[in-house]
Amino acid sequence: MSMTPEATDRRSISVTVNGQRHDVDVETRLTLADCLRHRLGLTGTHLGCEHGVCGACTVLVNGNTARSCLMLAVQADGAEIATVEGIASENGEWHPLQKAFHEHHALQCGFCTAGILTSMVEFLQENPDPDEPEVREALSGNICRCTGYQGIVQAVLDAARRLRSPNQESSS
Amino acid sequence: MKPPPFHYYDPGTVQEAIALLGSLDNAKLLAGGQSLMPMLNMRYVLPDHVIDLNRIPELSHIDESEDRIVIGAMTRQREIERSEFLARRCPIFREALIQVGHRQTRNRGTIGGSLCHLDPAAELPAVLAALDATIHVTGPQGSREVPIAEFPAFYMTPAIELDELVTSISFEPWPEGHKSAFVEFARRPGDFAIVGVAALLATNDAGEVLRAAVTLAGVAAGPVRCSAAEEQLVGAGIGDDLIRVAAETCRDIDAMEDVHAPSSYRQHLAAELVARAVQAAVDGPGAGLSR
Repeated sequence: MSMTPEATDRRSISVTVNGQRHDVDVETRLTLADCLRHRLGLTGTHLGCEHGVCGACTVLVNGNTARSCLMLAVQADGAEIATVEGIASENGEWHPLQKAFHEHHALQCGFCTAGILTSMVEFLQENPDPDEPEVREALSGNICRCTGYQGIVQAVLDAARRLRSPNQESSS
Repeated sequence: MKPPPFHYYDPGTVQEAIALLGSLDNAKLLAGGQSLMPMLNMRYVLPDHVIDLNRIPELSHIDESEDRIVIGAMTRQREIERSEFLARRCPIFREALIQVGHRQTRNRGTIGGSLCHLDPAAELPAVLAALDATIHVTGPQGSREVPIAEFPAFYMTPAIELDELVTSISFEPWPEGHKSAFVEFARRPGDFAIVGVAALLATNDAGEVLRAAVTLAGVAAGPVRCSAAEEQLVGAGIGDDLIRVAAETCRDIDAMEDVHAPSSYRQHLAAELVARAVQAAVDGPGAGLSR
């Protein structure tokens, strides 16, 4: 027999999200995704499937991407989290990935975009000069139902070029 | 979809985890969470207690020994995939892991979690079966070893007691320069494989096979060893005819049937993919990914 909702387990945790420390008291069953959205008001992280398939809720945990619907908030106690809200510069200038997504029409409804951007931040750090098949493989954990991926692939390749030579504007 | 309420524990040592496991009813161990968390979100499982193993540092390690490699149960799939030592001494891990889920799930998923969840389609148990790995288990009575061949009890159920946990996996590495490949067929990259094949070959300078290990994922509850194919390969010089003869021994294996494929299709895939895996092993590193 499961616990009754009245008897839920709680814990105080401390997480650093996009450089800012938050101390929150959470139910231990609360997912990291719901903690970010409902407790910290960071609604840029989207929830699609809530079972780890769609990739929309992807965030960076201590620099590594993870599905925030498949982590408990208590597991992030002491961790550094980066969400889509944190990938632009502090002065508000867009990340090269965001600029490239804007210019290449790499989003339509935008629901999947946050998870794709966070996933590609990690991917381009590891592989700064990918070819198209590598980009498509790296995108395979993120589902987009609008674009057909064409613009997304072009945007990631263009962002990789911009990150390699920061002074160069869009090359397409 | 939200997890049901439960009591949460995050012990710092294996001993604390075992003490909790032995004293709590209806408890679940949480490893990387890439299978258990979806099952909690969908409420397929309703544990009263969740024991999180993520704060136990002693469970996460890769012991780089030439005699016997030991991998801690909580070592992340991505760490194994990126280990330069394993890429040199046991390259089948990287080739198999690239086909496990996605980068985002491999960053969290663990080798011990994959093994204990024991999905019939899982790649890592098939790799460990090909390596004749030993599973190290600890419980209130102490530690014991379970050969990988005896580890699956039945469908998605490992042969360990409710108060035991897997602490590590060990195996003797094959000779340096051995050949290997992991080949699978899945409907989309990152999906569960319908059938997967792990192949290891040790050859002499003349190209004759001295030792072969071929295992299948996706055909039965646990990994299936293709002994007949191995017997065909050992002692012979590798060529197209030999590979075909060896692969054909897998065409009449007992294969399960489910919503994804009938058993006849799995038998067909087993024979086809064994041929491709052995050929990919001969062709060299990375060849299994393009097949």
